[in-house]
Amino acid sequence: MASTPAVNTKSSYWQSLVTDWGADREVFKLSWGKLMMWIFLLSDTFIFSVFLIGYMNVRMSATDSWPLTSEVFALHVGGADIPLLLIAIMTFILITSSGTMAMAVNCAYQRNKAATFKLMIATAILGASFVGMQAFEWSKLILDEGVRPWANPMGAAQFGSAFFMITGFHGMHVSIGVIYLTVVAIKVLRGHYDEKGFQIVEITGLYWHFVDLVWVFIFAFFYLW
Amino acid sequence: MSGQPETASHGEGQQHPIGLYFKVWILLFVLSSMSYAVDYFHFHGYLRWTLILVFMFLKAGLIISVFMHFAWEPSTLKLALGLPVIAIIVFIAFMAIEADYTFLSRLTFMSGGT
Repeated sequence: MASTPAVNTKSSYWQSLVTDWGADREVFKLSWGKLMMWIFLLSDTFIFSVFLIGYMNVRMSATDSWPLTSEVFALHVGGADIPLLLIAIMTFILITSSGTMAMAVNCAYQRNKAATFKLMIATAILGASFVGMQAFEWSKLILDEGVRPWANPMGAAQFGSAFFMITGFHGMHVSIGVIYLTVVAIKVLRGHYDEKGFQIVEITGLYWHFVDLVWVFIFAFFYLW
Repeated sequence: MSGQPETASHGEGQQHPIGLYFKVWILLFVLSSMSYAVDYFHFHGYLRWTLILVFMFLKAGLIISVFMHFAWEPSTLKLALGLPVIAIIVFIAFMAIEADYTFLSRLTFMSGGT
């Protein structure tokens, strides 16, 4: 694609698209495993969208003031409250894990099993530490600040339900991802994919990057907005 | 794009230079720091919301197109995954209108209740 002129590429892009959909043959030139993961991720996109849209709806329609997330999620470090510190650390951990995952996919296609295993386990450990920090955040919010799904001392009652629903569902995705990564990593090391090929690592990576992607939206809309 | 395999992709899947991943990785770190800075330096109003959205979409775009290799996938997949997202945008608009109506009703009939 890089070598062909820009004008040519554009017309052939749409032509090939129409041919792929219109001709009586395979539409998606992908392995079924990867296609199914993409379709699953599309459905997951809808689930998270519905949660975030629900959050938007209750926040816009709440007549009580919305709690200031910048203050609610501040951490007390060295005599000063640093806003959103834990959330920032969690964000960086998830991005780092996305990087190690991308490296793992690269190593897998080079058939470097030992490096793939190490990078996938590193990704899983980073993911597990993310869940650990989330558990800390939840317990701090529930025990110290008295936030409940039906009420909280800071403002609009809808804050708690939106928070527990959205971050809880995301945390569940991270936890499942950690298990998924560990299982695939062990199977890679055992030589389970030596003959089948290592696309499974890329498919696992798709799921993991998606979890990171969702966090980008949660971070922007729930914590920063 | 169809027919001949891409120079970058391997027979069994996507392969790209590792330097590209590092560049995107660093960019994601920078963008995350910048979106955190939006909160840290107390930007408010439309400037805050614009910055949050810009950084969010840049990060999301980088993750989808490079880390998830969406930029190199066949155009059929791009269409099949891209079009349904329009429904989400329509839904956002509907629910925003609905929330506005609920808010005004609450102001009118509940005088400050939740």
